[in-house]
Amino acid sequence: MQILILFLDIKGLNCYEGKNAEMEVSVDEIEEKIIMEDIASILVTFAKERSNLIPVLQIIQHKHRYLSLQAMQAVAEYLEISTSEVYGVASFYNQFRFHPPGKHQIRVCLGTACHVVGGDIVLENFERKLKIKEGETTSDREFSLERVACVGCCALAPVSVVDETVHGRMAPSKVEGLLLGFEIEKERKEREERRSEQ
Amino acid sequence: MNNKKLEECFASLVEKAKKCFLNSRKTDVPYIYIGMATCGLAAGAVETKAAFAEALAERHIEAHIVPVGCLGHCYAEPLVLIDNPGFPPIYYHNVNPGKAGALVRAFLEEGDPLFEYVLGASVENELIPTVIAFPRFNMERRIVMEECGLIDPEDINEYITKGGYSTLFKALGLEPGEVIRQVLASGLRGRGGAGFPTGKKWKFARNASGQEKTVICNADEGDPGAYMDRTIIESNPHQLLEGIALCAYAVGAKKAVVYVRAEYPLAVKTMTTAISQARQVGLLGKEILGTDFNLEVSLFQGSGAFVCGEETALIQSIEGKRGMPQYRPPYPVQVGLWGQPTVINNVKTLSFLPAILKHGGRWYREIGAPDSPGTAVFSVVGKVVHPGLVEVPMGTSLRTLIFDICGGVPEKKKFKAVQIGGPSGGCLPNDFLDTPIDFDSLTQAGAMMGSGGMVVLDEGNCMVDVARYFLDFTQKESCGKCTFCRIGTRHLLGILERLTKGEGKEGDMELLEALSREIKEGSLCGLGKTAPNPVLTSLKYFRDEYEAHLREKRCPAMVCRALTAFYIDLDRCARGCDACVGSCPVEAIFTTKGQKKGIDQSLCVKCGECMASCPREYDAVRKVSPPELAPKIERPPEAKKHDQTDS
Repeated sequence: MQILILFLDIKGLNCYEGKNAEMEVSVDEIEEKIIMEDIASILVTFAKERSNLIPVLQIIQHKHRYLSLQAMQAVAEYLEISTSEVYGVASFYNQFRFHPPGKHQIRVCLGTACHVVGGDIVLENFERKLKIKEGETTSDREFSLERVACVGCCALAPVSVVDETVHGRMAPSKVEGLLLGFEIEKERKEREERRSEQ
Repeated sequence: MNNKKLEECFASLVEKAKKCFLNSRKTDVPYIYIGMATCGLAAGAVETKAAFAEALAERHIEAHIVPVGCLGHCYAEPLVLIDNPGFPPIYYHNVNPGKAGALVRAFLEEGDPLFEYVLGASVENELIPTVIAFPRFNMERRIVMEECGLIDPEDINEYITKGGYSTLFKALGLEPGEVIRQVLASGLRGRGGAGFPTGKKWKFARNASGQEKTVICNADEGDPGAYMDRTIIESNPHQLLEGIALCAYAVGAKKAVVYVRAEYPLAVKTMTTAISQARQVGLLGKEILGTDFNLEVSLFQGSGAFVCGEETALIQSIEGKRGMPQYRPPYPVQVGLWGQPTVINNVKTLSFLPAILKHGGRWYREIGAPDSPGTAVFSVVGKVVHPGLVEVPMGTSLRTLIFDICGGVPEKKKFKAVQIGGPSGGCLPNDFLDTPIDFDSLTQAGAMMGSGGMVVLDEGNCMVDVARYFLDFTQKESCGKCTFCRIGTRHLLGILERLTKGEGKEGDMELLEALSREIKEGSLCGLGKTAPNPVLTSLKYFRDEYEAHLREKRCPAMVCRALTAFYIDLDRCARGCDACVGSCPVEAIFTTKGQKKGIDQSLCVKCGECMASCPREYDAVRKVSPPELAPKIERPPEAKKHDQTDS
């Protein structure tokens, strides 16, 4: 594992560098148990074939939003291959992540068209406002920030994808408003919860 | 002997589809077609659709809303076509919810087509000018994208009613060899980038020994700046499916895989629906149309590795391994997926087939350039007035494409270069604008066709920065197999980063060139072989910019942030105006003694927001390179943070 992480470091795949492998955010035990039970139920629906490795990982990540070490171990055991091989495949592809993402996922497009109109400045502003770097999650697990190569909406550049919504013609000044919207929404929900408790 | 059964099967299929389709459409009510491919959705098509539905319900008007794919006119999204009985079908551009409500009220209820929102009518008429008058429409020649944005991608009946799958029917009556002969005669070259003759590839696959041949449709469109494959799948998936079936029949394959990027969720959904619809009506599966031709099509989601666009890496990925390219030969047509002969074709290549076999190979050959027949689909983005997807005959010049069809560079800025072919391509300057677009001319000029991404750059773009951007991309996406690619691209990037920070050293440019040549020689696959292209072409055509970065520590386009600075021209700044203060994300703007504004250079992140927000009549924010040129305006000691927020 150590060697693999070192190798990836050399390659400079930022999101998989050692610092993120040690999760900053912890997942509690009950949550983990539920996840593992669900993964076991997913696995049995697949034939024990090597070619199913990527589809299985995709489904697990789609449902649980990340691949934990335990999840990869379970997949390895089921497909009868080594855990390092599963990690090797998973870490090769940009789609897979190894730490729990935030409740809201922010993906900033840095395709060519977005780059030439200042996509990196938008990303930087997200980093500044959320006080995290790309590839990281805020400590309250509200937001995670990623860069993507191209979402294919180049005519609307610069583009950011927040959760499932594509925001075209982004600007650094729109970042604050976007985050503020989430904050207001969160506060409203909390207020309502408190009211219903009373 | 089988032909009669085949004819009967197809005739009944068409009849059923027509009945279903015509039953679902009424002739006397208005139809509203909304472009709802990914780009339309990003521009707000969902809200527009909801606004139409709400307005119709409110006014009790009966009308049908049909979500369609993308017409390719991304600048006009959300794009809506309204077919109101008694009027010609009319396109409306940038239809926001407000316009949607107004259109229902004025056009559908009162019969006023609201000329101010009209883009044009789709057919000749006496009332409204047609869109055919625009160069964006009349200079294009659409083959692959003919029906994109005009038909419902989720309705197989509409595709069949409009003549779809008739080519498959025709081909099933022919010998597979005859199908290959037609494709050979058409001179079709693969649209994935390299331009290998498709007919030849098929012939090799047909003659290869192996029982379980497979057809793979490569929709792993990873080039940043290219999105035509996505659009084609989202807008007309059955055309692609028909092409896949034609290919499978010709080469003798029983299985086909569509390899789509997972980053395209809508394309994955549309394709899945299309496959299940085709299976339901018997156009896929066992004994298709009563013949002994069987075909199963499955969908595989790529997981976001650029190198998987390379065919051997793609195969590794489907087999569940790390997507690393393999040494060729043997080529996939001999030993491919699971060791069996495999044909891998791009989405566009396969989508051309129904038209080619319908009209014949010779018809296709006559379109476009002699050595690159047919049309090319480009996504023209960046600094152009009308960005979007354009399909033009091969041989059209770059000038025609960028200036006549896409409207040229906006805001009266000067054209600088066009980047063709994504990270593997190159930047071509002004002198090359008359280059005809075809596989060989572009390669000769130092760029390449690639997947067809075209990014137009104007005088406000720095070529060193663009080269750095592409190397940053290829360096991250290098699979790590070949040392030259893995480590070489990292060093290229390091040098370019140094240059953009103004830390370049003498000899850097020579080092870039030498390293580039070695990476090209020492890499196995296309990624490494072409990764240095952006560096080499920009060095060749824009050497002066590199020199300015290296020797003068200056960025002529004022992009590289370490080499630029913003300042406020006190002669132009207006007292009491706070526009820039509110826009600054880092509170770097302070009030000077004379109640004007200054920028604290130690805090400024050079995002340019103050420049954008400064009212046009003042136009007081200036940008300079090198940063030393900015006049020093001292921050008054008493004017600390709380003063700014007060003012």
